Amino acid sequence: MNLIRLISLGYFDRQLLENVAEDVSACFTLKTETIVHFHDLEPYYDSNRRQYDANRLLAYIEAEFRQEHQKTIGLVSVDLFIPILTYIFGQAYLNGYAAIASFYRLQNELYGLKQNNLLLKDRLVKEINHELGHCFGLIHCYDPLCVMRSSTYVEDIDQKSKYFCTKCQSHL
Amino acid sequence: MPEKISLLIVDDEASVRDSLENWFREDGYAVRCVENAKTALQLLEEENFDIIITDIKMPGMDGLEMLKRVKSLMPEAIVIVMTAFATVDTAVQALKDGAFDYVTKPFDPDDLSHLIRNASRQITLKAENIRLREQVINLENVEDIIGDSDPMRDLLKEVQRVAQSNATVILTGESGTGKELIARAIHANSSRRFFPMISVHCGALSESLLESELFGHEKGAFTGAVYNRKGRFEMADSGTIFLDEIATISPKMQIELLRVLETKSFMRVGGNKLITSDFRVICATNRDLKQMVDAGTFREDLYYRLNVVNIRIPALRERTSDIPLLVNYFIQKFCTSMSKSPVTIEKAALERLQEYDFPGNVRELENMIERAIVIGNGKEIKVRDLPLSKSSNMTTVESLDELEKKHIVFMLDKYEWNISRTARALGIDRVTLYNKMRRYDIEKPE
Ligand SMILES: [Zn+2]
Ligand SMILES: [Zn+2]
Repeated sequence: MNLIRLISLGYFDRQLLENVAEDVSACFTLKTETIVHFHDLEPYYDSNRRQYDANRLLAYIEAEFRQEHQKTIGLVSVDLFIPILTYIFGQAYLNGYAAIASFYRLQNELYGLKQNNLLLKDRLVKEINHELGHCFGLIHCYDPLCVMRSSTYVEDIDQKSKYFCTKCQSHL
Repeated sequence: MPEKISLLIVDDEASVRDSLENWFREDGYAVRCVENAKTALQLLEEENFDIIITDIKMPGMDGLEMLKRVKSLMPEAIVIVMTAFATVDTAVQALKDGAFDYVTKPFDPDDLSHLIRNASRQITLKAENIRLREQVINLENVEDIIGDSDPMRDLLKEVQRVAQSNATVILTGESGTGKELIARAIHANSSRRFFPMISVHCGALSESLLESELFGHEKGAFTGAVYNRKGRFEMADSGTIFLDEIATISPKMQIELLRVLETKSFMRVGGNKLITSDFRVICATNRDLKQMVDAGTFREDLYYRLNVVNIRIPALRERTSDIPLLVNYFIQKFCTSMSKSPVTIEKAALERLQEYDFPGNVRELENMIERAIVIGNGKEIKVRDLPLSKSSNMTTVESLDELEKKHIVFMLDKYEWNISRTARALGIDRVTLYNKMRRYDIEKPE
């Protein structure tokens, strides 16, 4: 039986972690487990880019938490990058065990809009489902409402739903 | 999607190769990576790649030299050149030598995905043109549009016809008929399908919000705006923008909209750069726009701009033969999403549904089925699970007087025509009840 683990790294609101776990569990119809992991993020900080290195964080999560029949996603509140991209919301190992997602750029405040915690939670759930979908081997989907549709900026995330389309669902 | 598009990535830095490989695999491409130009050229002799992405600065042969050799061998090849330090000279040289595009690392995720979709579109459209000449096309991505009736067949034919063109489309139909689904079907079958369809529900937004939603804003445009925000017109670049409830927009937005539709360009709020965007417009309304034009509440010039192709979506009551199909579809859908084993529907319940006139159309039916599955016995949907009970066999056109009369008769029946008890239950005194009975001609049946 598959299990999904959501692990918060660094500062992360406990209630948000619990709330998203509940939604993720419903979307996958799988059990989820939440873990608060007090891991120092400082070594992953790149002072040139003023962001955190998602490749190295993802490698750490996989090394630390890899387990058969389990998918683990690390959740952070800091801004993530990979060398070739200016930022990422998250990433995953395709067909792998680990993923990572950040809610940093999902926050309305950063775009000069009113803080909206409900919207933030919704966006984070979509981002988590999307990255976990990659862990389950799913690639990007053209269905406009499917959570596996690729979203490269925040307004794009709002256009899709948190659910998998029937085609993607059948591959889970 | 037809066969996977193949990519060859050439870069001497392992982290760049790995990141790009992961990114493109997730996007559904077949990816190979090599660390220098020489290996790349060797590989290209044995294998075909649709798109080649190469770094410029590499030990040994550099990316520009490789570009020239590739182009001399395969003039059709799509080569994208990347560099960490952009100089105008190398960019111009790369494009002169036949590069498809030139990008600076690190890229904006959105730019990268746009770039690669542009390249893929070029490839698939070329392949498609060949196929198109050979066979009749069928509609794709219309699984959610359920119906086999004549009006639905006609509608899908129309969708197929307009999908090929780039014309502005206006969808009219009562609320709940599925206008957005039809818009998606048009988009999904057009050459714009590799790019997004962006929906805007105009009725849900105030004038000032709509402006920022449609046009976006520049960082620093107002307090707290740390990042730029793209507007919907910009997001729809190369794709389709769907403007729902178009009749609700204010006179000021009507002018703005007309301007954008004509120039295909606009500025972000707080910005001074003119942004151009190539989008197709599909809009929808449940109102009679022509009538609004005559009444002076909708601009005539905008009306003619939008009303190039007008598609009317039939109401559910015009295609009752589709109801069994729809019911089955919704049962499947909800049972799956609620993780329940599939239920059936009793014949009487299905007949009642086919007699009902559905002012809320397919959406109303969908809600009814969802509710019935939640409250039902988990095996079969019965008449009593549907909100169609005799006393509420009402249509939306019923007046309050008619409703009051029906309700009084219903309550009198319930209390066996005992005036005192009925009046008490209705919360009125006996005299008022007698007056109302006289007014509505209510008499005790023999
Ligand atoms: Zn993805
Ligand atoms: Zn999908």
